[in-house]
Amino acid sequence: MNNKKKVVVPIGPYHPLLEEPEFFALYCEGEKVVDLEWQAGYNHRAIEKLSEGKHWDQVTFLVERICGICSTSHPFAYCNAVEDLLGISIPEKARYIRCIIAEMERIHSHLLWTGLAGHFLGYNTLFMWAWKYRESILDMFEMITGNRNHYAMFKIGGVRRDIEDEDIPVLRKVLQDIKGKVDMLTHAVLDDPVLAARLKGVGVLTKEHIKNFGAVGPVARASGVDMDIRRDDPYAAYSMMDWKVSKTENGDVFDKAVVRLLECMESIKIIEYSLKAIEGSKAEIATEVREIPPGEGIGHHEAPRGECFHYVRSDGSNRPVRHKIKAPSYTNIPTFKASCVGQMIADVAIILAGVDPCYCCTERLAVYDAGNKKKQMYGFSELVEMSRRKTQQIKQQF
Amino acid sequence: MNLKMKALKKSLWVYHLSGGSCNNCDIEILDCLTPRFDIERFGMVLVGSPRHADVLLCTGIVNKKCVERIKEVYTQTAKPCVVVAIGACACSGGIFKDGYQMAGPFNKILPVDIYIPGCPPKPEAILAGIVKLLEKLK
Amino acid sequence: MTLFDTIKEQLGCMIKDTKLHNEKRIYITVDKQDIKECADIIFHRLDGRYIIASAIDNCGSFEILYHFGFDRYGAVVSLRVFLEREKPEISSLTDIIPGIVYIEREIWELFGISFTGHPGLKHFLLRDDWPEEKYPLRKNITTGGDICE
Repeated sequence: MNNKKKVVVPIGPYHPLLEEPEFFALYCEGEKVVDLEWQAGYNHRAIEKLSEGKHWDQVTFLVERICGICSTSHPFAYCNAVEDLLGISIPEKARYIRCIIAEMERIHSHLLWTGLAGHFLGYNTLFMWAWKYRESILDMFEMITGNRNHYAMFKIGGVRRDIEDEDIPVLRKVLQDIKGKVDMLTHAVLDDPVLAARLKGVGVLTKEHIKNFGAVGPVARASGVDMDIRRDDPYAAYSMMDWKVSKTENGDVFDKAVVRLLECMESIKIIEYSLKAIEGSKAEIATEVREIPPGEGIGHHEAPRGECFHYVRSDGSNRPVRHKIKAPSYTNIPTFKASCVGQMIADVAIILAGVDPCYCCTERLAVYDAGNKKKQMYGFSELVEMSRRKTQQIKQQF
Repeated sequence: MNLKMKALKKSLWVYHLSGGSCNNCDIEILDCLTPRFDIERFGMVLVGSPRHADVLLCTGIVNKKCVERIKEVYTQTAKPCVVVAIGACACSGGIFKDGYQMAGPFNKILPVDIYIPGCPPKPEAILAGIVKLLEKLK
Repeated sequence: MTLFDTIKEQLGCMIKDTKLHNEKRIYITVDKQDIKECADIIFHRLDGRYIIASAIDNCGSFEILYHFGFDRYGAVVSLRVFLEREKPEISSLTDIIPGIVYIEREIWELFGISFTGHPGLKHFLLRDDWPEEKYPLRKNITTGGDICE
């Protein structure tokens, strides 16, 4: 790793002249954040409407592209919703394959998050390492599914492609490698006194905040809320394996990091178990589905960021009448109102990262003077700089 | 090809601009920074402000809410600059082209010089496109 | 007592119709004037988890489904209300569920359903100058956002 190269990674542009509302507008008095406004819509691509114009089978390709990082979570929840409507169960081999793909995605998403969090804190080496380990997971996706992202593995009734027996030993080896790396990263985070001083007590969310906003996923579990769709409303093969729900109690950014890293280890366990279950099996990978009768269905999946919820309604024709999609970030992002207000500006970047929003969402953040709301003080790249400087100051104390 | 462009070839500064994407192309662009692909061996650096950029890497459909911002960024970018459309959405609108939020694709709003299709294009494809760009600048 | 029985007991005569798709998918139809009390019972008294709200254009009427998670049972309970087509409006639930403020804005701008008592119904996903009456998710609007009959 050549740390001598100067790398400027843009996580946000600075627009001193722009007057339209930003994705996040923070209002500050001095060094403290006093209010926050969330304007969404910059990534709104009319997906629910487009879904009404697509055949049931085509919808999986559409919803994959809601988010590139949790690309398989939406097809998973959608397929669960339609299978709920139909009242069918899918072949056992397909259940395990679905778990393998979903858990590999969880690992790659959490590693991506670890890297970005490291970047916001000024730990650029962490960014490079986490993304380097992530590459081996993406290689495995390419080997099994044909693409690094947008795998198109899920269809109503099962999965589209099988995992070949000859690929399983390669997958196992990569998993062994990743296990060691994630273990190292977990200890690096847990044992680093600077990270503890930097992240503990920052951006705390209480159980009441979680309930009022409907927050889900690692954000909720870090605050002690014991929820995980994979255990609570089991689907695919999750109830057929032994694994733990990762949760902590304090609700700060440190705990959110710990929950994500612990989840990676559980994901590795789930994948290893699933590989053993499907190895050598020549079983069916999909139930044939010809028609979707009138009715409605609800499906959800524990995506890396939390519960991904889909509702579908059919009138018996070959397209959905209504397809409601709820991404986990939709109820997680509003928690900024609780976790950012009252905090120092230097911590905003890392509190934002704690919720793991879409990368693009972070591009549009501006901090305004609470006294003169038109006066923009900082853009996101400056907040990242402030965050890094604070880490440096803490480092010097140790 | 004027002298200024030739001078640019030494070290291209690249700015990423999203018009509303699923993030995959954006992550693959950031992936180009990582040691395996290492965009810097081509002398390219990702920068945080369009004022310093020679190349605009555009991703996503152009969302109706983003149109002014995109035009503003293009205005702020020093000329001459090269506009690269990365991914199926930026090139043609991709799977979202019929939606009511679509104001693009990018070539409706900005003068696009290079198209790198894919959903998402692999970092190798992005780098291959960049290399073709460098040849074009010669 | 099952979850379904508990809900029937708590909501009592406010329940207009029920549908038990399976033991984990419960749909309860209530009148729109009772929605606040029902939501309060489900969210606070029975400690349901707020998931999201979905609106549907049935051409003759509008329908809103408020989805709640009961993770201990692994169930999703959806409260269904029907609204008239002509002037669709319903009470906002923001003083019961603070987080619902965003989806109500979204439903207002995509369907044209009013939420009385909402702290600030303004555009959320769409541009502020989005043409009125072109509610994108209504059935008389095409995928591209134009009116069709």
